[in-house]
Amino acid sequence: MIRTENLFFKYEDEKDPEKYAVKDINLHIADGEFVVIIGHNGSGKSTLSKLFNGIYHPTSGKIIIDGLDTSDDSLIWEIRKRAGMVFQNPDNQLVATIVEEDVAFGPENLGLSPEEIRTRVDEALESVKMTAFKRKPPHHLSGGQKQRVAIAGILAMRPKCIIFDEPTAMLDPSGRREVIHTIQHLNRSEKMTVVHITHFMDEAVHADRIIVMDKGAIVLEGTPKEVFSQVDVLKEIGLDVPQVTLLSYELIKSGVRVSPENLTVEELVESLCRLK
Amino acid sequence: MIRDITIGQYYSVESPIHKMDPRFKLIASMLYLISLFLINQMVAYLVVISFIGIVVKVSKVPFQFIMKGLKPVFMLIIFAFLINVFLTRGTSDPLIDIGFITIYSEGVERAFFMAIRLVLLIVGTSLLTLTTSPIELTDGIEYLLNPFKRIGLPAHELAMMMTIALRFIPTLLEETDKIMKAQMARGADFESGNLMNRAKALIPLLVPLFISAFRRADELAMAMEARCYKGGEGRTRMKVLRYTSLDIIGSLVMIVYMAACIAL
Repeated sequence: MIRTENLFFKYEDEKDPEKYAVKDINLHIADGEFVVIIGHNGSGKSTLSKLFNGIYHPTSGKIIIDGLDTSDDSLIWEIRKRAGMVFQNPDNQLVATIVEEDVAFGPENLGLSPEEIRTRVDEALESVKMTAFKRKPPHHLSGGQKQRVAIAGILAMRPKCIIFDEPTAMLDPSGRREVIHTIQHLNRSEKMTVVHITHFMDEAVHADRIIVMDKGAIVLEGTPKEVFSQVDVLKEIGLDVPQVTLLSYELIKSGVRVSPENLTVEELVESLCRLK
Repeated sequence: MIRDITIGQYYSVESPIHKMDPRFKLIASMLYLISLFLINQMVAYLVVISFIGIVVKVSKVPFQFIMKGLKPVFMLIIFAFLINVFLTRGTSDPLIDIGFITIYSEGVERAFFMAIRLVLLIVGTSLLTLTTSPIELTDGIEYLLNPFKRIGLPAHELAMMMTIALRFIPTLLEETDKIMKAQMARGADFESGNLMNRAKALIPLLVPLFISAFRRADELAMAMEARCYKGGEGRTRMKVLRYTSLDIIGSLVMIVYMAACIAL
């Protein structure tokens, strides 16, 4: 679905010739995969997501989205149609004054027939469970609900892949849960390829693959178990580890021989009970 | 409290007037405004008053609700009334003549009609916004302006700007409220002092508001492009405006009404 080759990117107003926001990224994200990209502020994760959507063009290297090269300007709309993007601030991505009108915005831009738009809007609202709110103005909704409307707006364009650029960063805990559930539902039930960018570790636990970025480069890559067991590396770049993994890590350090790959409380309990 | 402000005060009920096509309602309102300036006889005023009265009745908007809309302009109406009473010079003998105040019967008559005309004007136009949601109104305006595209009028862009403005008014109001409270918590004073001081106190409110509005605009533009927005060209709409039998009935009523106004 997404492939990058020796991808480098530097902001145009960057004076330091050596300072790349994204450097030497070689990635392959398969169809239907759930990939989480994790990193600190300024690690280049958000820049990378904007490169995927053709908002920025690579300084060197290549990005291929579903077989289309993002540096080709004539393909840009086709790429954006296939790889939708949800942004951080739910307020700043809703265009219309009524929920269903907003969801219709994308399909309207694609020039579809009114009937087709209607079906797509209803479907999209149903799959984020916001049908009950379709006639409401966005400012009467909570942050999590607004973000779900934003997701519906992308779904209505029927993309193959959705890139989430820190969709939960501005939400309260319950809003975060709503959005995470929606994202997981899309990946599992609708086989959507998901690239989820975040700095919350606990949101990464259910991913197929985690990519850890620091200073524009990929530092770690692997399944959640593989990545989180590298507590030292994660700590060094200042990222948190899920509490259970951290506890296992400390236990191992004090001589208790539990598995270093525990992600949930149940797993740790299991692991502790097996001790002799 | 700041969140209660609604622009264009849409009153949501089901009525034949609400269901009419916004394009028709826009045109009808324009004709109505013209009709107000065509008439100058008591009988004609009665026709207009009964016409608008029936329309209000059919629209199911409570009469008090419309009167509330008159409140802010009440002073203006009084002012226009008094100006006309005192400054009109008549040909006949003055009604009252005390020192520098002279009032002629023509003046009273003119002032009276002027006040009625203003009230009718406001009732008529607020009826348009009360029965048409902002989004329908924008759509209607876009359709009506479409023919002017050929002479370079950016109809789609204007409508899009209106939609975005309507969408962001509550968001920005909420933000103003937040900034104001944050500054009041740190001792800012927005309520006391003379006009000059109060204006000065607004600067630290406006600066962050503007900065955030620009950032929002930037992000919104990016989000719109990510959703394949490339201007009005090749864009379709989910809701297509269609004239219905209601609009035909409405048009017939308007024709009769306009004919009556011109005849009188």
